[in-house]
Parts: sequence; C-alpha cells; structure tokens
Amino acid sequence: MYSDPAPDRRLVACPDCDLLLRLPVLEDGASARCPRCDYELWRRRAGSRARCLPLALAAAVLYVLANAVPMLGLEAVGHRASTTVVGGALELWADGRELVAVLVLFTAVVAPALQIGLMLAILVGSRRAPAPRWVGTLLRHHPAAVLWSMIEVMMLGVLVALIKIADYATVVPGPALWMLAVLVVLLATMQSLFDPREVWARVGWAADGATDAAAPDTAEARP
Amino acid sequence: MAAGLQRCEGCGLVSRPPAHAPEPRCPRCDTALEFRKPDSLQRTVAYLVAAAICYVPANLLPVLTTRTAAGESSDTILEGVVLLWSPTGWPLSLIVLFASIMIPSAKIVALGYLVLSVRRGWAQSPAQRTRLYRMVGFIGRWSMVDVFVDTFTAALVQLQPLMSVEPAVGLVFFAAVVVLTMLAVESFDPRLIWDAAGANEVRHA
Ligand SMILES: [Zn+2]
Repeated sequence: MYSDPAPDRRLVACPDCDLLLRLPVLEDGASARCPRCDYELWRRRAGSRARCLPLALAAAVLYVLANAVPMLGLEAVGHRASTTVVGGALELWADGRELVAVLVLFTAVVAPALQIGLMLAILVGSRRAPAPRWVGTLLRHHPAAVLWSMIEVMMLGVLVALIKIADYATVVPGPALWMLAVLVVLLATMQSLFDPREVWARVGWAADGATDAAAPDTAEARP
Repeated sequence: MAAGLQRCEGCGLVSRPPAHAPEPRCPRCDTALEFRKPDSLQRTVAYLVAAAICYVPANLLPVLTTRTAAGESSDTILEGVVLLWSPTGWPLSLIVLFASIMIPSAKIVALGYLVLSVRRGWAQSPAQRTRLYRMVGFIGRWSMVDVFVDTFTAALVQLQPLMSVEPAVGLVFFAAVVVLTMLAVESFDPRLIWDAAGANEVRHA
C-alpha cells in the first residue's frame, strides 16, 4: 500500500506554520521549538508513561470522591443548604436552563472524567509494544477532552460565587472544594509530564502493523 | 523539496501518500490526510457571526434573577461585576469583567482580524499573527468563569420562602458565546496565515 520508503520518524511539520523540520536529539525535559513561529514541537519527557500513571490513578480517585461529597454549603437564619458539582448543574436543569446545564455538566464533570479516563486507558493500553490501535484512537481524541475540561475555570467561578453569596449567608466550603483544588494541580502536572510521541512510537500502524518501538526511545535515533 | 509530504492531524506523522491516491490516509493512525483544516475560513466566520449575534443579548439581558421578600431584581453580567465591587471583592470583580466582557469581545475581534488578514493575503508579520491566534486559544476557556459563578450561586441560594436566585435567559446567550468562540478558534487554521504570506508555496507545488 505504501510503496515509498518508510516515513522518517524524526521529520515533523509545524502544526501552526507547516515548516518542515527534523527533530534534534533532546535531553530529558528539553524542548524543540519551531524556528519560524516559536511553536513547541516537542518536549521530551523520558519515561513519561511511568510517571503519569500514578498521577492519573490519584486523579481518578480524587475525581470520584470530589463528585460524591458536597462542594459548598450555606447557612442562613436556620436554613442549611449544600450542593455538589453535579447538583449545581441539575439545579440549572430544574430552572429550565437545560442548554447551560448540559454545558456545565460537560465541562465540569464529563470532560474531566474523559481526560482522566482516556489517559489511564492510553497508559495501560500502551504497556506492551506494539500497543493496539485503539490506543492511538484514544490518544487522538485526548487533546479535545483536555480543551473542554475546565475544572480550574470552575474553581475560580466557585471562588467568585463564594464571595458573592457571603453577602447573604454564611458560606461553608465543603470537602470536595479542597479535593478539586488538589485535582487541578494533579491534572496540570500530569499534562505537563505527558509526552504523546512516546506513546505514538509504540502504537501499531494501520498500514502494516509495524511500530517505531524497535528504537524504544525515539530520541536516541540519529539527529 | 517537500512536495507531496503531508502531516497527519491525528498523530503528527509526516508521510508521503502514494501519488494519485484518491483519499490518502495516515499509514500510522488511519486518519484521512488533508493539507488544511477543511473549510477553515467559512466555518470560523460562521461561528464568529453567530457568537457576535449572541453577544448582544448576552450583555443586555439579565443572567440572574434574585427573589426576596422585598421583591424581585435581575442583574446583567455588567451589573454583576458592579455588585461584586467592594474593598475586598474588587480583584474578583476585575476577573469577571475581563473573563466575561473583555475576553469574548477581544476573541471575536482578534479572530475576525485574522480571517480578514488571510482573505486579503497579507504577507507581513505572520509570526505575530500566529502568536495572537495562540493567545486567543489560550485565554478563551476562562470566559466560562461567569457561567460557573451563576450556576453555583443559583444552586446554593435557595432559602425558600426568604430568598431564591435563579438563572435568567441572558445566561443561555452568554454560554452560547463561550462555546461558539471556542469552536471558532478550533476551526481556524493558523497555517493559512503562512500560506497567505507566501511562506508555504513550495509545499503545494
Ligand atoms: Zn512553526
């Protein structure tokens, strides 16, 4: 099917300006940038899969806990109320704002779950090379889950809501609020440690089932 | 030198599809190969126009309705910003002002400018325009802040019969602005800036 010589694995095209470049050999943590538009083409994270796995597991546990317990409570003149993340969105639904409720549920609940779940599946699925092709499919969709996952934006929103409500009533931060704060840090660290090239090198090819994993660390190839 | 090479949008692999392949696909991940995001400018403009239309009611209509024994009051986004302004709350007030009013309007103007620059084939400063595009994508998600503020305020303040807070119709338009501008950013292909500047002509030869 592909009669041409196998593609040069170090050849990249800048996704922002289309300049063709050959990736240099990099030290762990070093990055290669596009000389024309300054896009970060690759940050090498040696052993990124092994480092991301505990973070992803911790994030999964925290995510479940943070959604199970109340995030905010309120006390005023003998009344008490509390809400979870999902509860906040469902309240919107009950008030007839279904579209906004779906958006809040998606960005604060579904997309973060996808971000963590896809990462776990990718890391576990690529333990053995060649990794099955579904790992590649999940890896392809992972950036979209990261884009729409807005836990850190929600944290800021909740903070503003806290200050706003403090005018009417006593606000009691729930345990989920602290868990979510830790989750924000965990997810940011996980994303910055993750090196998708490392996983792509292990995924079986559609064309012939081959992988790049014969040279397990892509950075060791010729410059 | 690069004629015939294509970068896969799915996995980033640069490959040379067989000549005259009717629908070239990436040999690694099987994604259909395209030189550019399909219909990039048309889709960006469509999302931008829709966002600009929703931006007007989003700012004019109330996003929250507060019911107390004293009566009912409704606040627009800007009124919410003013209400939040206090000796302690002003930093958050500024954050909401930026996230809800400045960022969405700046996104619409900046993307409109980028679309225009590609349409007109401007050759100067493509690197700066690419940086502008990246900045628009980077800050864009923060315009969701007020949607979360209003959601959790309304969810929590239910002290019947003393007081209740409900989301009002302006919030729907505001949420639409956030989603539409994010889709507009995703549809725009920054490589068109470089094509228009004549920097990538070799690749299509
Ligand atoms: Zn570039």
